[in-house]
Amino acid sequence: MRATTAAPASALDRPSPHLVCFAAWLMPGAGHLWLGRPRTGVIVLFALLTLFFTGLALGGRIFPFVPSQPLVALAALADLGTGAPYLLAWVMGWGSGQVTAPTYEYGNTFLITAGLLNALVVLDACDIARGRK
Amino acid sequence: MRTHLALLLLFSALVAAVFAVLQREEPRDQLRFGALLFAALVLGAILAGWMLYPLPLGRS
Repeated sequence: MRATTAAPASALDRPSPHLVCFAAWLMPGAGHLWLGRPRTGVIVLFALLTLFFTGLALGGRIFPFVPSQPLVALAALADLGTGAPYLLAWVMGWGSGQVTAPTYEYGNTFLITAGLLNALVVLDACDIARGRK
Repeated sequence: MRTHLALLLLFSALVAAVFAVLQREEPRDQLRFGALLFAALVLGAILAGWMLYPLPLGRS
């Protein structure tokens, strides 16, 4: 009987998984910070922002969504995974990409990896929010 | 700072850090897993570079 009365209270205390997932996507590490895992959140925030902005500094490109070019569209989808930094770069016009720069491909790798890693971070935060982990 | 090796080390360190905090719960385990992953990424890239050295075949 105790368990049945305690469970709804803890479920109410837990933040909505949808909101946690959205926060985790919007700002890398925010989901874990919200769920009371500050160390994980801060490490993820630092690592992914460093990857993203280093990628931009190296002359990487924020790829556009071009359905006729599947690989470019996939790269764009990966870039989108970074959330707010991606949106900021898009609004500010950063990430046009310097194809002639020796570090161009490095920059793309950093940007794409930041987005894909944040997708994993979002899934992890969603699992924690749903009580699966 | 923009050498191949420096970028490889930076990339490997950041990726290893994220995977370590996602895959392990305890700080000690995270440190061990992160160090192992970092070493694997760096050594794997250097090994792959060596293996690709003969390519393209037939160059003088």
